[in-house]
Formats: sequence, C-alpha cells, structure tokens
Amino acid sequence: MAEFTLPPNSRVKEGKTFKAPAGAKNVKAFKIYRYDPDLGENPRVDTFEIDLDDCGPMVLDALLKIKNEVDSTLTLRRSCREGICGSCSMNIDGGNTLACLKPIDEVDGAVNVYPLPHMPVVKDLVPDLTTVYAQYRSIEPWMKADTAVSANKERPQSPEERAELDGLWECILCFCCTTSCPSYWWNGDRYLGPAILLQAARWINDSRDEATGERLDQLEDPFRLYRCHTIMNCTNTCPKGLNPAKAIADIKQKLAERVL
Amino acid sequence: MSLRSPLGRVRGLGSAKEGVGHWIAQRVSAVGLIVLGFWFVTAIISNVGGDYATFTRWLSNPGNATMMILTIGVSFWHMALGLQVVIEDYVHGGARAPSLIAVKLVSFALAAFGILSVLKVAFGG
Repeated sequence: MAEFTLPPNSRVKEGKTFKAPAGAKNVKAFKIYRYDPDLGENPRVDTFEIDLDDCGPMVLDALLKIKNEVDSTLTLRRSCREGICGSCSMNIDGGNTLACLKPIDEVDGAVNVYPLPHMPVVKDLVPDLTTVYAQYRSIEPWMKADTAVSANKERPQSPEERAELDGLWECILCFCCTTSCPSYWWNGDRYLGPAILLQAARWINDSRDEATGERLDQLEDPFRLYRCHTIMNCTNTCPKGLNPAKAIADIKQKLAERVL
Repeated sequence: MSLRSPLGRVRGLGSAKEGVGHWIAQRVSAVGLIVLGFWFVTAIISNVGGDYATFTRWLSNPGNATMMILTIGVSFWHMALGLQVVIEDYVHGGARAPSLIAVKLVSFALAAFGILSVLKVAFGG
C-alpha cells in the first residue's frame, strides 16, 4: 500500500535555535529542515532568527545569509538567483517554489523551509533527483527527424507552429510541480510526473519532430501517463506560471484522437 | 539492493500501450450516467406511492426495462473503471493484480445480478 506516515528514522525532531543579533528590530524566524546522513540521526528543524533590515528581500537571500554568517553547514542548491536555473526549488511556507523568487514578506509568521516533498534527501535542502532525471532521459528530449535537413541547414517552422511550444519551452526543470503531485508521491517509480510530461508535450507539439506517434506510444501506459488525475497541484505551484496539467491533458487528447 | 541504472529502472518493462481505452470509457460512461441518472431519479419519483403490482407492470414495459438495465450496466461499468484507478493509485506490490481482477469480477457479478433481476420482473417471473 501507499505509505501515509513517515518511517521512524525520518520523523522530524526539534533542533537548535540561533538567536537574532542583539539590537535587531525587524526579526523573522526561519525554521529550516536539517538532515545530515553522516550523523546517523533523525532530521531536525533548526530555527534561525534573522534581522530583515540586514538581509535581501527573498528567501534565498536569507538562506545564504544564514549559510554565510550563522551556520556554514546549511546545504542547499542555488545558482542564478533569478528564477532561471531551477536549482533552489524547495518547499517554503507549505508550497513548492524557487527560494530566489519567493519574497520573505509574503510569508506570515515563521518561514518554514523544507526540501522538495517525497524525494530522498541527500542533505538538508538538497533532494536526490536521480530518478526524475532518468525519467527525463527516458522521454528522449531531443529532436527526432528522418527527413534530411534543408540545404540551408535549418528545419523551417511557421510562426503558428512555433507558438505551439509557448508555455512548454519555458520549463526550467525545477521539479516543483512533480514533487507537489500526490500521484507522483504514491507512484513516482512508474508515473513520469508533470514536469517530465510537460517536456514530453514540448516534443510532441514540435512541428519539426517526426516521432510524434512513437512518443505517444511510449507514454500510453496506465502508470507513465494516466496516473494524472488532474489534481492541478502542478499548475498551482509552478514558479514560472506554466500549466503542466494542460500539457498532460493535451497528450491524453492526442492519444484519444488516434483511436477515435 | 539493485545496481541497475536509474534509466533501466525507469524504462522498466516498457509502455503497456494501454490506457486510452480506459480513459475514454471513463468519460463516456460518466456522460451516460448523467442521462441515465436523470432518467432513474425521474422514474423513481413517478413511481412513489405505487404498489408492487404497479411497479412490476411499469418495469415490464420494454422501454423502462431497457433503461433500467442500461442504468445498472453503465453504473457498474463506471464503478469498475473508477475502482481500478483507486487500486492502481494506492495498492502496491503483489496485492495489486489480484485486487484489480477481484474488482472487475465483483462488478460484473453485481451487474449481472441486477440485470437478471430486471429481466425476471420484465418477463413476469
């Protein structure tokens, strides 16, 4: 059966509290999930009090301030700090988003920061994305065409055909959507999840690609595709404002079109 | 412990090449149940207060018997499709396949029982 409770060694315990510096007037608490596999201990939640008058506006600014000034062992992924690399995806205030795009003042009370849900944790806020990357590889996310390329070495595409890719190409593979999906939580070993299916739609909808049928063949499966029950958490949580649920619905529609 | 590569695990046994039929059937049976459900409620209301003989006479009408059989058949068909999804979602491991088969068999048995009961009344049993 699906597991609805955490195993004993994953139950989260109360951790340490790091007080704000004396004289700080604008204090905000950050409750951050900590897990270090080398310690052999259960995960814990540490509380860091931060002076917001001496901190940037985004949650990522606060996390980096903590790492730089309070506890250098805090581990997280980050790179571009402007919502384009997808590295700093995590669960903030109960929702998956990018730490660099999440303003601290949008959170009432303490800011709860956890890794992306239901993924194995490597350390602190770093989830193990091995399976989801393998799932991405499995949909063969590259152009497949048998027709020889034209003399000018281009594969032409009309503006209307190019427009079919809008809302799909913008995905940065942060996996906020996939890890917000209950279907992925229960069947993530076989269900591809919203991020990968949106990527699959990106190639299915590409007018230059000649493997549409083959791609649909690979997706037609009760688990790979049809675990999507239009729960819509994916669309709700996407920090880029994309709509993976619609992309999945489009794939289902295309599969229906070929039999009706 | 498995040393199989992540890609090998993800590809697994390959695509079942199945699912679109179930997806279409779920939607078609749902739409069918809107019509049949409306008919069923209206039919029951129109029979409120009637005695046993009146109702059996009503159900003996070929039109009413056909609609009743369709209501029962489509309801259990939709139930089987829906429960299949619930099992696929939540039942993992060795219990999955027997559960899927059991749900199908029980649904068909209940549908057969309901349909035969209607036929018995319709043919004056």
